[in-house]
Amino acid sequence: MKPAPFAYQAVPSAKDARAYLASPDAKAIAGGQSLGPMLNLRLARPALLVDIARTRDLRGVLEDGDVVTYGAAVTHADIEDGRVPDATPGWLRNAARHIAYRAVRNRGTIGGSLAHADPAADWVNIMTALGAMVLISGPHGDRSISMEQFILGPYATALAAGELISGVRVLRRSAKAQWGYAKFCRKEGDFAQASAAVLIDPERGEQRIVLGAIERAPACIPDPEAFLSGRLSADDVVAQILPERDEASRALHAAMLEQAHAMAFGGAVK
Amino acid sequence: MHDGNVRRGVGASMLRLEDDRLLRGKARFVADIKMPGMLEVAFVRSPVAHARVRGVGKPAGHEDKVIVSADLKGVSGIRADSGLTGFKSSIEPILAFDKVRFVGEPLAACLAQTRAEAEDIAELVGLDLDTLPAISEMTKACDTDAPLIHESWSENVFLETLVDTNFAAADKADVRISRTLRTARQSMAPIEGRGVVAYWDAHVEQLVVYSSTQMPHIVRNGLAECLGIPQGMIRVIPPDVGGGFGYKGVLLREEVCLAYLAMQLRRPMRWVEDRREQLTGNANCREHHYEITGYANRDGTLVGIDCDAIVDSGAYSLYPFSACLEAAQVASILPGPYKLEAYRCRTRSIASNKPPILPFRGVARTGVCFAIEIMMDALAREIGMDPVAFRLKNLVQPTEMPFTNITNKYFDSGDYPEALGRAAAAVDMQSLQARRQLSTPNKKIGIGFAIYCEQGAHGTSVYHGWGIPMVPGFEQANARFTPDGGLELRVGVQSHGQGLETTLAQVACEILGIDARKVKLVHGDTALTPYSTGTWGSRCMVMAGGAVAAACDTLAGRMKSIAAHLLQTDPSEIILADDKASSGSREISIAEIAKVWYRRPQDLPANMDPAGLEVTQGYKPKKDTGTFSYGAHAAVVEVDTKTGAVEILDYIIVEDGGVLINPMVVDGQIYGGAAQGIGTALYEEMPYDVDGQPLASTPADYRIPGSVEVPRIRLDHMETPSPLTRFGQKGLGEGGAIAPPAAIANAVNDALAEYAVEMLELPITPTRIRESLSRARASS
Repeated sequence: MKPAPFAYQAVPSAKDARAYLASPDAKAIAGGQSLGPMLNLRLARPALLVDIARTRDLRGVLEDGDVVTYGAAVTHADIEDGRVPDATPGWLRNAARHIAYRAVRNRGTIGGSLAHADPAADWVNIMTALGAMVLISGPHGDRSISMEQFILGPYATALAAGELISGVRVLRRSAKAQWGYAKFCRKEGDFAQASAAVLIDPERGEQRIVLGAIERAPACIPDPEAFLSGRLSADDVVAQILPERDEASRALHAAMLEQAHAMAFGGAVK
Repeated sequence: MHDGNVRRGVGASMLRLEDDRLLRGKARFVADIKMPGMLEVAFVRSPVAHARVRGVGKPAGHEDKVIVSADLKGVSGIRADSGLTGFKSSIEPILAFDKVRFVGEPLAACLAQTRAEAEDIAELVGLDLDTLPAISEMTKACDTDAPLIHESWSENVFLETLVDTNFAAADKADVRISRTLRTARQSMAPIEGRGVVAYWDAHVEQLVVYSSTQMPHIVRNGLAECLGIPQGMIRVIPPDVGGGFGYKGVLLREEVCLAYLAMQLRRPMRWVEDRREQLTGNANCREHHYEITGYANRDGTLVGIDCDAIVDSGAYSLYPFSACLEAAQVASILPGPYKLEAYRCRTRSIASNKPPILPFRGVARTGVCFAIEIMMDALAREIGMDPVAFRLKNLVQPTEMPFTNITNKYFDSGDYPEALGRAAAAVDMQSLQARRQLSTPNKKIGIGFAIYCEQGAHGTSVYHGWGIPMVPGFEQANARFTPDGGLELRVGVQSHGQGLETTLAQVACEILGIDARKVKLVHGDTALTPYSTGTWGSRCMVMAGGAVAAACDTLAGRMKSIAAHLLQTDPSEIILADDKASSGSREISIAEIAKVWYRRPQDLPANMDPAGLEVTQGYKPKKDTGTFSYGAHAAVVEVDTKTGAVEILDYIIVEDGGVLINPMVVDGQIYGGAAQGIGTALYEEMPYDVDGQPLASTPADYRIPGSVEVPRIRLDHMETPSPLTRFGQKGLGEGGAIAPPAAIANAVNDALAEYAVEMLELPITPTRIRESLSRARASS
């Protein structure tokens, strides 16, 4: 379980990263918490690893009015420990605390998590629920796209060759907004087998519900109001999104949706 | 025995002497060994479960770095036959050449300066394999169209056994119920995997093999047989060994291969198993399938058991335990601690395209306890009796001890009903009622019990009948004082986490009065220690403990003779305690006695016994059928019927290991075992697809419970001394791992009783629970 041979280059700036990523078979590595095992299993075989973990301009957080932009190389632990501002009333910090294990959180980054696009990953689903924008930097300039446009499927994103996630932009949420996030893991630190996020932001007139860990891109349910008003049950919602699953499988996703909903409304978690 | 005010003899909960080294990262494992000129070895392993090997192609330019079967000249495969009638023999080739029979089977060894480079070469090796249909499900191994794993065999069965003891008497029972039960294939997962370093020591003309093993002397036997060289030309040394559990109780093909290469190429070779090799190629334990019927009378009498058990023994018979130990053991221990008058059990050791089976902590007992205890609950429900009361009525009673059970197991001592009664009494029913009332409708609480007895340190009379390559007999220990009054103990068993460096020192302290911290244990190394079958079967404290005691008894006599001369008294007046010998108010330190013996012999009389302060003594218990420790487990669980999650709210263990040499070490053994038992119950499973591909190839897929998943376990001890052993101690290293699946399954089934759902397959995963509930809803 040793990686195939590769070249390695640590870079001081995003500009340098872009330059090296232009070479064939180059791949960015930040915390290496997903890419590392893939390298060891020889499932990933880049010719060049461009290490952006210590790239200063990717580690910062910009606050600009209602918008908070997290550099791609901000670690889960940076968020967990409050070393960077939380755009929400503590939701991100709380979610970060339950990502994998502390050792993973120390190195794993928010940009790396999004780029890896594991359908069970917390940031993939949470950032979708928050309507975050992904900032992408590439050979043809910079662009930003929504999470829904960014995640194409399991481990598949809209990143083109030579492109790099530079950050993720989240709108500030006030304490008036309601939020619930639930996930089901077989054991502490495990990948989720089902997850759900519920966001109701009366200030912005937003209602968003996302089902995650469904072996494809996170599902934003089309009519959150129907569920929130009680017209549709959690079972109904899950049956719409996952009609191909059997009852036993849907039940777990429905349970997570109920838990996230209960949490958003401050009720006891059922 | 006291050392000053601190008790360090038998019964003392002293801290482990080895922990300073182990916990500070100063231990030396195989992977820490580096030698000049050492080559790293990576094995090319079969990517398919069953295939004919057409060729293994050495990549151009790397011919000398790739070793295939034909290169191993004069090396025999590994053969571990059982002498039981009908046993079918298999030979494990060191490197596969005609067929591969499971994913992970080694086909070639690649040598390079680093492991990464060795893996680069391994990628280039060309495999020409004709894939054959595979057996990945043991219940289909005997179908008429099933492919044969070993083509000279008539069917895929290593051994079939049948026990029938008065089974006709079951007919008269009031009720009978049947169940199909299943346990998953597991992968033992010691923190340290396997590993081997081999080199040729030109100075002593000896092959030296460092291996992470539980049985170095058995490995030497096997290496000599496979390599065709005298045993004196081989030295096996286990360095620190980071856990075994049975995973390292085996002669490895990798050991034979590296030993041969080190001899031939005269260069040190190292192979360190990685997690992927361990998970994909060595999920090798626990997979049982039972068709079982229990018979009982309405008055609560267990009448009989009828069972057809099959065990997936994998592709080969491993050295030394063979492919049939597990299944044949099912037949001999299925009745557990219960009395019954009618018994029948058929077992088959099935050959499949999976890794060959090894005995994991508890061996067959974990599956067997699950089977019998599920049936005890089901029978109790059937006759409308409380499950604890039903068990109490049928357990062997203390007044009946020693008791010979229906399969001729000799239970040496104990009070089984007391253990179960204590476990039941420890369950806090009031707080459970309170929690029940507060919890939401989808949370269901259940209580489950299990009781087992564990044969440990079973010897010649038990093992010779198997006719396998290893029969435990007489255990020896060497003890010698050093000239400064320290004590060296040499034993052929190998400590791999059990704390033997401490507990055997406590035995010496008990007899010689020496400070346990001045005792140095030398263990395992075949050049330095007496022959032993090694560390397995909960045997060390009984056997090596007995041998150390015997050696120390003799040493004590000699110490007393010297002390008596120096103190001018009679040896019978001498007391050894607190690091000194004393007679009344006169005393002399052990260090002084040793100094006189070794360095001032002129102070001793000419007629002094010349035998000296070094002794090798042997030991065998009065009766070698084994000690029977036992334990009762009570589990309280809460099942979430929406998610299928099982939370262990409370877990109680009442254990009787006889006289405990070090109760703290015993607690550690039980906690660790119970954690593994919880893994078997709720988490651990290596699924295979129909082609025999293992589907959990990383620790993210093969789930082992972590600290968060293991609850605080409440322990209670009973201490019924064994009449058979030196101090009354009993082997108990495996017990913790035996009962949790049974107790937890019974608790889950109790919780789900209102849905008429019974979980009969391990592990009890959330998915299985949701599926069972979904089926129950559909059928109601």
